[in-house]
Amino acid sequence: MAQQQQGTSAQDGSLIALIGDEDTVTGFLLAGVGHKDFRQNTNYLIVDSKTTTKEIESTFLSFSQRTDVAIIIIAQNVANEIRHLIERYDKAIPAILEIPAKDQPYDPSQDTMLTRVKTLLGIQ
Amino acid sequence: MSGAGNRYVVVPTVTVLAVIKNRLTGAKKGHQLLKKKADALNMRFRQILKRIMETKEKMGVSLRESNFALTEAKYTAGDSVKHTIVDSVKEASVRVAAREDNVAGVKVPVFERNDLDSSQEKNSELFGLSKGGQKVSSAKDSFQKTMDLMIELASLQCAFVTLDEAIKTTNRRVNALEHTIIPKLENTILYIKGELDELEREEFFRLKKIQGKKQEAKERQEKEDKEKELATLSNGKQVDPFAGAGNLGDLLSSPGLTDNDIIF
Repeated sequence: MAQQQQGTSAQDGSLIALIGDEDTVTGFLLAGVGHKDFRQNTNYLIVDSKTTTKEIESTFLSFSQRTDVAIIIIAQNVANEIRHLIERYDKAIPAILEIPAKDQPYDPSQDTMLTRVKTLLGIQ
Repeated sequence: MSGAGNRYVVVPTVTVLAVIKNRLTGAKKGHQLLKKKADALNMRFRQILKRIMETKEKMGVSLRESNFALTEAKYTAGDSVKHTIVDSVKEASVRVAAREDNVAGVKVPVFERNDLDSSQEKNSELFGLSKGGQKVSSAKDSFQKTMDLMIELASLQCAFVTLDEAIKTTNRRVNALEHTIIPKLENTILYIKGELDELEREEFFRLKKIQGKKQEAKERQEKEDKEKELATLSNGKQVDPFAGAGNLGDLLSSPGLTDNDIIF
């Protein structure tokens, strides 16, 4: 399961993809996560009220198929819109991380990964 | 001893018996080893589960702090700073490198932060140059700290998915060995042993039977011989007593013979 760096990023190390609301994405871009390749393809998607579910779906799918992406960070409110895709997703790499969205309280029971973990630990 | 259906189709010979016995020892050894592997994986799995829960909580807290820092930065540096940030994206300076960790023969990916000193690093130092630069840089630090937690969490999740799959496969193998292959081999051994015993009994019985037949034949022969001997002996004696009978002549028809005892 070695990470292959193909195409877009020539340097070593894989990228972290982002899907979320503007503030969350901005914060991580400030930290230096953002990447833009020579075709102006980005590794992040800012979701606002105008973004359609279809757009989110296709972005998520393209991120999960990119070989230079190791982690996909996705805000919970966005994750809820494409829950069916996340639940069906079973690959180890890229790993999907659900994070609380900025303007919404975090609901652990909606997190697919956390629900699985809790079931296995016998908490629920 | 279950039905004859639950065994391998083999020719019941001593050679095959030895082969099957070897396979049984192999299967038992493999079963033990796989069970140990499953235990090791399970132990690691539980640790990872606990750590995922902890890290997830930590990440939530850290993210809230980061968001607060960002709000502060936006307040001091003006709302337009976020457009500046988004527009200045060129190349990722925060990257992850994947390394492999070995847990009981299962390769588990582990992510490590691998920063690049790119131009953006210097670029971002200019954010909020006019005002609120300090707040912007503290927000940046805060997000980078959150990033560390997220990378850790991602690597834990990765390990979780990989181990989950590995545990399922191992358990399937352990169960297959325990419930299908080992009983099947044992049944085959029983079958071959039974069949060999049967053959031996058959052979023994045949030998006995042949011996009996031979004995019988021998006795019959002896009897016949004796009879023959007896016959020859009695034949000789029989000739003798009747040898002089011709001389007696016909007692009744002899005309000159007058015997008072003969009435007619």
